Parts: sequence; C-alpha cells; structure tokens
Amino acid sequence: MITATPRKDLILMAIFTIAVLTMPIWLAPIGASYPDLLQRFAIFGIFAIGFNILFGLTGYLSFGHAAFLGVGSYTAVWSFKLLSMSVVPAIIFGVITSGLFAVVIGYISLRRSGIYFSILTLAFAQMSYNLAYSVLTPITNGETGLQLALDDPRSLDNLVGVAATEGIPPTNFFGIEMSGYSGFYFCAVLMIIGFYISMRIFRSPFGMMLKAVKSNSNRMSYTGLNMRPYTLTAFVISGMYAGLAGSLMAVTDPLAGAERMQWTASGEVVLMTILGGVGTLIGPVIGAGVIKYFENIFSAINENVLQGIFSFLPEFLQDGVVAVLGLFVGEGWHLTLGLLFMLIVIFLPGGLVEGFSRIIDRIKNRSKNGEADPVGSAKVQPGE
Amino acid sequence: MGILEVRDVNKSFGGLKALNKVELDVEEGSVHAIIGPNGAGKSTFLNCLVGLLIPDSGSVNFDGSSLLGIKPHEINQAGVSRVFQTPEIFGDLTLLDNVVIPTLASRDGAFKFNGWKRADQDSEIIGRAEHMLEDVGLIDKRNMTAGSLSRGDKRRLELAMCLVQNPKLLLLDEPTAGMSRADTNNTIDLLKRIGERGITKVIIEHDMHVVFSLANKVSVMAQGTVIAEGTPEGIKGDPRVQEAYLGGAHL
Repeated sequence: MITATPRKDLILMAIFTIAVLTMPIWLAPIGASYPDLLQRFAIFGIFAIGFNILFGLTGYLSFGHAAFLGVGSYTAVWSFKLLSMSVVPAIIFGVITSGLFAVVIGYISLRRSGIYFSILTLAFAQMSYNLAYSVLTPITNGETGLQLALDDPRSLDNLVGVAATEGIPPTNFFGIEMSGYSGFYFCAVLMIIGFYISMRIFRSPFGMMLKAVKSNSNRMSYTGLNMRPYTLTAFVISGMYAGLAGSLMAVTDPLAGAERMQWTASGEVVLMTILGGVGTLIGPVIGAGVIKYFENIFSAINENVLQGIFSFLPEFLQDGVVAVLGLFVGEGWHLTLGLLFMLIVIFLPGGLVEGFSRIIDRIKNRSKNGEADPVGSAKVQPGE
Repeated sequence: MGILEVRDVNKSFGGLKALNKVELDVEEGSVHAIIGPNGAGKSTFLNCLVGLLIPDSGSVNFDGSSLLGIKPHEINQAGVSRVFQTPEIFGDLTLLDNVVIPTLASRDGAFKFNGWKRADQDSEIIGRAEHMLEDVGLIDKRNMTAGSLSRGDKRRLELAMCLVQNPKLLLLDEPTAGMSRADTNNTIDLLKRIGERGITKVIIEHDMHVVFSLANKVSVMAQGTVIAEGTPEGIKGDPRVQEAYLGGAHL
C-alpha cells in the first residue's frame, strides 16, 4: 500500500494538471481531440469526482445524482436568461441551488442506508424528472427544454451596458466565448480545481471519517462520532459537484432538458466510478473518459469504416469479420461497453486503476526478479 | 456513590424476560466483573448500557446523568467506551487510522468538518495514536490493514481504540474469548496496566482465571438477574453461585 505524503500528492496534482491541459494533443491520435468531446470529458469528470466523494468514501450508493445535474443546468440557463450571459453567476447559482436540493434530498434519504438509501434517491430523481415534464413546466419548459430567447431580460448585462447583438449573445467568461477549445479549457480548469478539492477531502480527518462510515458504521457510533452529519455533508458536496457539471453543460450548450435528470444519467455516473475505480482519486475521471469515448467514438464507427480497416483480408474473411465486429460498434457500442464493464467488475473489482497498479507492480517485480518471470504470468490472474 | 448506578432495569424480548430487575453499582476506579452462565443476560445488559438496546423500564445513571434515551455516540462522548465480543474495528483501514479516528473523536467531538486539513500532518493526534499502538504492542503493524490481523491482534487493536479516548468507564465483553493462553495472559497484563490509569472497568468474562486475576468485585447473573455480589473470594464459596453457575459442582 502506498502511503500518501504531501510531496507525492503535489506530484500527482502536477501530472494530472499537465495531462488534462494537454488532452487536445495526446488524444488526437485516437480521434478524441475535438472540443465537443473534450468538454464532455471534463464535465463528466467533475460529475464523477463528486459522485466518488459520496460513493467512494462513504459507500452510500446514490441512484439519483442526475437530479442535481438537471437542477444545475436549469439554474444556469435561468441565470443566462435573467441575469447575464456571463458564466460566473450561472455556475455559482447552479452550484448553490443543487447544494440546497442536496440538503433536502440527503436529509431525508440518509435516514436509511444500503439499498433503501439508493431507492430513496432514485425515487427523488425520478420525481424531479417527471415534475420537470408536468407541474414544473413554467420553470423547465417541459419537453421542449429550457432555451435562451432574444427577448430575455439579461438584466445584469443591460445594467452594465453590454452591446446588443443581432442574435442571442454567446455565453462568455469575461468576454471569452465558451465554445470550442476555450469552453474545454474553462471546464478543464474547473475539473482540476475539483480534483484538488477532492484530494484535500480524501486526505483530511473529515475524509477519514467518511471512510470509517464505509468500513464500520457501528464502531463509528461507539467511538463517539455522529454519522449523520458526516454522510449529509458528503452528500451535499457531491451534489454540488453534480450541480457544477450540470451548469457547465449549460455553459457549453445553453439549453436544459429534463432528460438530463433521467435515471439512466444517474446510472451512467455509477458506471463511470466503478469502471475507473471506486474510492480512488483518479479512477472516476478515467472512467468518465472511457465511457464518453466509447459513446462518441465507438458509436461513430460503421460498416464502411470496418470494411476499410479489414480491406487487407481476403473478401470472404473480410465480410465475416466485419459482420461480427459490426455488432460491437455503431449502435452496438453499448454491447462493447457492457462487456468491458462485466470484465472489469469480475476480474478487476478495483476498476481500471487497480489494473494499472497491477501492471506497474508486475513490471517492478520483473525488474527485481530478472528473467525469472515467465510470459504467462503477465496475464491478469482472476481471484488474486 | 458509584460511577455507574443501575436500578431496576427490565428488558423483555417478546415473552422472554432477558433482564429482570437488574441492580448494579460500580465504584469509581474499580474492576467489576459480571459472570454467569450462557443466556444469563450479561450481553443484553451491556447493550442496554451503550444505547444498543433500550430497557423497558429502570434507570441507568453514569457519572450523575442518565444514559437512557441518548444515542450511542453521545454515550461515548460522555466517557463510556466498549470492547465487543467480536472485535468491531475499521477493517479496511490501517491500524494507525483505526486508532487515529477515536483519538480525533475524543478531541474534536461527534462532528467536525475539517476537509482542508491533512490528517497525516496532525502530529498531536498521530503521536497519541502511535503511543497507544506501542502500548498494546502493535506499532510494527501500524500500516497494515486492520482486517488482516489475527483475532487476538484485532482485540488488542479494539482495546487500543477504546483506551486512546481515556474513557471514564470501559466495558469489556469477554475480552479474552477465543484467545490462546499466552494471548490471554498478555491481555490480562495489558488490562492490569490500564488499571493503573484509574479507568473504571466492567468486564463480562467466562474465564475464571481472568476474573480472579483482575476483578476486585464480582456480580453473578443468572436468568436475567443479579443473584450474588461480592469479592472474588467471597463469590467462590457462595453456594447460590455454584448452584446457578456450575450446576452444583465445586470450584
């Protein structure tokens, strides 16, 4: 087990920052360097980092975090409509509002633990989703989704005399338009800050108490610790991360729809966290990246692309290979993701991060043992 | 006046009367053993003291205030720590973290949000925790995961987690059950050393060797009630005790 020291954390932070900011360069060879996708990497990275503070540390599995994503989005769009096209108030209000929602939902849901907690959060999220389509239509604009309009008040912008434009003005950060690469860098910097905060929490006495909740809640009570405020604080913090992610979705694409609150979105962040590594710092970010990559790149591969790749094969083989692989790409990308997810849960319960650390351990062992290590053991051994 | 005063405590589970008018006085600084055959209600009684069970009637006063109706963490903050029959530890965490957590709990109270400090840079807390681990002889294993310890070591760790809080009253539920003779003797020595700190102890124990080497007062429970009380020597010769506890056999 590697013990964390301030120095090691600083190095980790530096590597993380550089890796994130250079994503447009090193993701180019695998076709993932276009701004739209990069933005999504960063936004879902934030979502997953926050989710991991709750799920990874306390073990409380929320199935309703998409509700906070939606709340963040709606709040941000309303801020654009009513106040200003500047992203600063949009993000601040998005985070605060989802935090308030999290206080209420968390206060009620955290009265139970385990599966009952999960069901309660799921119920709240589905309730929000359905309300957004029905009763709350004046706020959410129902199925059409909440959009900007030319005649929005934008009172702050008018107050400071931002010049009127022909169309709807773009969202901006002190004049910088939040689309394309500048949008990505904005999200990326927020993700780096979010990662740093999560690291501080992981290393703090507070984080240690959250781990204690997961490990043995009984002992925790008999040690004189009140579990409820600890779990509630973690829940609210992770809800605020989700709200930040939601408002960033609105920042990069200023509209908000209720489908963002559907249970599938809540499920997605659970998958991301488990795929990357529950309770690890970096895992959720990797998980978010992998899932968004599959969703966008694998789904774009069609039969023609496959024909191209396997054109070196004789024709009858080529058709066969393409027919089989065709099941796993394009619309079938969920199948690939599903298989990957199953493999990871069965063989690497610690997620991709566990896989990486095993590989590193093997390399270290091999360099220690010289050539004593046969090739066969390089394979991952189940049940290890 | 004892530090712990139990008056007329009753507890039933359905038709079974688990505790029947239990009375107990524990004097400050003493080591008070509760012995009795299986099913006598010893563990039920202990559970009523720490808030795990709520008695149907009666009163439990500790250090001048009632322990009934308050939550387990409040009971601990009032100065009562408990060692369980099967060790309750944080199995996924390191030994050091296991001891750091109760140390923090006794310094910072039931809840404190300090998400920005580094736990491993708090030298006061780490120092106290390491000193405690050294006391129970587990310092060499400080970075091991607690779940991987042997049963005896888990008990010692749990004891360390309780002791580091400097409780006024320590409740021990069969602290040597399942231990080898050597481990048992080590634990007795350890508990004797704690005795020097003046922590009041209530011990539930089957092992008479442990009881007679530690306790200065013994209460005997049978069928949910205290049937005899006295010094270890006095208890040994009490015919009622031999009847209930040993089925008439002689010690």
